[in-house]
Amino acid sequence: MHYKSLTEWSRELNNHAISSAELTQLFLKRIQQFDKTLNSFVTVTTEQALVAAKAADQQRALGKAGPLTGIPIAQKDIFCTDGVKTSCGSKMLDNFIAPYNATVVQRLQAAGTVLLGKTNMDEFAMGSSNENSFYGPVHNPWQHDYVPGGSSGGSAAAVAACLTPAATGTDTGGSIRQPAALCGITGLKPTYGRVSRYGMVAFASSLDQGGPMAKSAEDVALLLNAMAGFDPCDSTSVDQPVPDYTATLNHPLRGMRIGLPKEYFSDGLDARIATAIELAIQEYKKQGATLQEISLPHTTLSIPAYYVIAPAECSSNLARYDGVRYGYRCEHPQDLADLYKRSRSESFGNEVKRRIMIGTYALSAGYYDAYYLKAQKIRRLICNDFARAFAQVDMILCPTTPSPAFKLGEKTSDPVSMYLSDIYTIAVNLAGLPGISLPVGFVDSLPIGMQLIGNYFDEARLLNAAHSYQKVTDWHTRIPEGY
Amino acid sequence: MEWETVIGLEVHAQLKTKSKIFSGAATQFGADPNTQACAIDLGFPGVLPVLNSEVVHMAIKFGLGIHAEIAEKSVFARKNYFYPDLPKGYQISQYELPVVGKGHLDMQLEDGSTKRIRITRAHLEEDAGKSLHEDFQGLSGIDLNRAGTPLLEIVSEPDMRSAKEAVAYLKALHTLVRYLDICDGNMQEGSFRCDANVSVRQKGQEKYGTRTELKNINSFRFVERAINYEIERQIALLESGGAITQETRLYDSAKNETRAMRSKEEANDYRYFPDPDLLPLVITADMVNAVRQHLPELPQQKRDRFVQEYGLSIYDATILVSDSTMAHYYETTTKTADGHAKLAANWIISELLGALNKANLDIETSPISATQLGTLVKRIADNTISGKIAKTVFEALWKQEGEVDHIIERHGLKQVTDNSAIEKLVDEIIAAHPQHVADYRTGKEKLFGFFVGQVMKASGGKLNPQQLNEVLKKKLS
Repeated sequence: MHYKSLTEWSRELNNHAISSAELTQLFLKRIQQFDKTLNSFVTVTTEQALVAAKAADQQRALGKAGPLTGIPIAQKDIFCTDGVKTSCGSKMLDNFIAPYNATVVQRLQAAGTVLLGKTNMDEFAMGSSNENSFYGPVHNPWQHDYVPGGSSGGSAAAVAACLTPAATGTDTGGSIRQPAALCGITGLKPTYGRVSRYGMVAFASSLDQGGPMAKSAEDVALLLNAMAGFDPCDSTSVDQPVPDYTATLNHPLRGMRIGLPKEYFSDGLDARIATAIELAIQEYKKQGATLQEISLPHTTLSIPAYYVIAPAECSSNLARYDGVRYGYRCEHPQDLADLYKRSRSESFGNEVKRRIMIGTYALSAGYYDAYYLKAQKIRRLICNDFARAFAQVDMILCPTTPSPAFKLGEKTSDPVSMYLSDIYTIAVNLAGLPGISLPVGFVDSLPIGMQLIGNYFDEARLLNAAHSYQKVTDWHTRIPEGY
Repeated sequence: MEWETVIGLEVHAQLKTKSKIFSGAATQFGADPNTQACAIDLGFPGVLPVLNSEVVHMAIKFGLGIHAEIAEKSVFARKNYFYPDLPKGYQISQYELPVVGKGHLDMQLEDGSTKRIRITRAHLEEDAGKSLHEDFQGLSGIDLNRAGTPLLEIVSEPDMRSAKEAVAYLKALHTLVRYLDICDGNMQEGSFRCDANVSVRQKGQEKYGTRTELKNINSFRFVERAINYEIERQIALLESGGAITQETRLYDSAKNETRAMRSKEEANDYRYFPDPDLLPLVITADMVNAVRQHLPELPQQKRDRFVQEYGLSIYDATILVSDSTMAHYYETTTKTADGHAKLAANWIISELLGALNKANLDIETSPISATQLGTLVKRIADNTISGKIAKTVFEALWKQEGEVDHIIERHGLKQVTDNSAIEKLVDEIIAAHPQHVADYRTGKEKLFGFFVGQVMKASGGKLNPQQLNEVLKKKLS
């Protein structure tokens, strides 16, 4: 029975077919049983979960239950959780107990969800394979010697293996959508500013966006209802009303104009993924959507621009980890420089160091114009590409990744080829647009994903389109063997 | 060789807000270490800054006060450097687009002339915390109460030509921010801090000399001393064939000298870039107009009005408007004194300020209220008491002995204006000093003063001097 979706569990709870306490215990047991292999959790909050589940059941008994009351979820270990270790996948924060709740945590808590624990991730969300975690790599539940994607790899793997009905993720260059695709689940990166970043440990502030990950678009819509909305603690969150994302899930797609960016169907794309996407396109045509080719001419520039902007912001965002107030401090520092040098070099992993160095370089006097400023100009061009596209179409459809999951260790020595696995997702972050990845089939028994990209604050349309597809397909209900 | 000094000042004015620039923590001075620092000030993982709108309001006020351009759009930038009292590893400041652009401030020089100093810009930023190097047995303590306190950094053009001018500008700026009520101006507590860029060049030369930046000058007196020391050091170095190194120098007030802190070669590359956590600051014309409508009368306007309305000299008016509380004190005094404006000004400037200064008090803590002093002036003007006796009354007021009329009554200080009473006293003195009278009458006219003194003394100083003169002259002739 563990394979049910969040929406199904919500119904069961509502019908008193199961209590939150029972449901919570079910998932805690599954975590205990399977996570030694998967390594998808950094922290399991068993006791707190049981207390919260009990409280949720009481709420329900009082008739005060909402659709998420009593639903167990997992938080990516990037969201500060009051009284709980918030490591961000780093040795630097291995001893950090957050003293406050991130807005996302607080909102999901207020909606009645039960926190099962904190999920593994690439250190400070930097990575596409979850191999950059201080706590070791996460394994893909579909094939254990494959990566789950990253950086929200723990969340994706845990949802795919039914260790939790849902989890949160963060997406700076594809970190929700890519692991969702590689693990066969549904993950949404909302419009930049739709979900508060307060309490979400920053990697690249102008790109980071938190979002929900679950089995289906329907589940994701329920979660987004709770997560989205203006937050006075985040100056970049947008004060726009939050619609009920579940209300429009079943709108007919007749007349919807879907654009297919030719640059996303070029040489680098695995032909078998292209075929799977083609079948999905046929499905949308069947439902009355019209499809047309569009062009996003600056696509190839998105990776170089991203790998200037994201490291630049990261080099500054990570400066606070200095061993002075919290986090890792080296033993017996000789002086201030030694304290900084060793605390940081002993606790940051290689990818984090690489990006700090790239970013520091890009911002340095004499290089700023050539790198950072130029990257910002490219970013503007990429935004313009999308603006032109959305003048013609309502939504963009493309693959989420050019290939299915790769083997653990396969790309660790070649960072650039690792960076290229985010080729279809990065431009969306640079433009601040919403994007969703949903399962669209399998290649070599590994799941693959389709990405739908919407205009600003058009999450409802993406969820509508994703749900319409999921109503007639069953990829999103498949469970990896052994789970 | 004749040298010319070139000085520009960078002033950090701490804005008088209740809470910090990007968090809700309090800004009060003197709290126990780290009790006024929240997760945002401590730079915890995940926290985000939210701009305090009061800070923007104050920046606009300042912009209007120096007749500056106020940017429709300004940008917060990160200034990146590592230091233990800088929790985030960067300071949120403004770099390319500051909130206040070019403006100017006129200052009064000692010779009474006015000089205009151009202000390049003023920008908003957060303060850092404090590192405490004593009391920790070789370690350093960090107090982050000050971290995130709002500052307005005001940068002048290199328009000053002497230490005295620098001080005059600084005083004018100090007066302005206090008038605007955006900064308490307390230099000891660091609410008003000044760095000076100093260079010298040969008279007539157009190019500026290499400058040094003087830090840690926390009083008007030290500003003058530090700059003068630095000018002499630079001239001596240049005249002995040396060259100035562009560097930051620390002023040591105990030794009255400046010492090199760091040179440009070791200067940080701050890697400024726009802070992605904050949206550009947009200031509309409506916002500016709303602030303009509530702008108080500024020091120069007030000074000009005092000159016109009260007939004061520019010198006196400048002193009286140097502090808005004092200006208000003066106007209340004058009003109570039925408009005897000049007399009121004299009493404040020569008597009250002197006494306050001696007692280490200021106008706000003056033991004599403006209405008391006004009444005193009124009693001098209506001849109830003489100017000399007024000083006695002033002293009694200072000692809080009661109201002016009571003091006059109780001590019998009323001026004697009855001619027969005066004549009686004069007759007594003349009778007691026959030799002096004889000497006077044979031409020693200087003795007239002696008689005035004697009669006054006998009367307890209560005679009207003019009347006394007349009576004496008549009797002695």
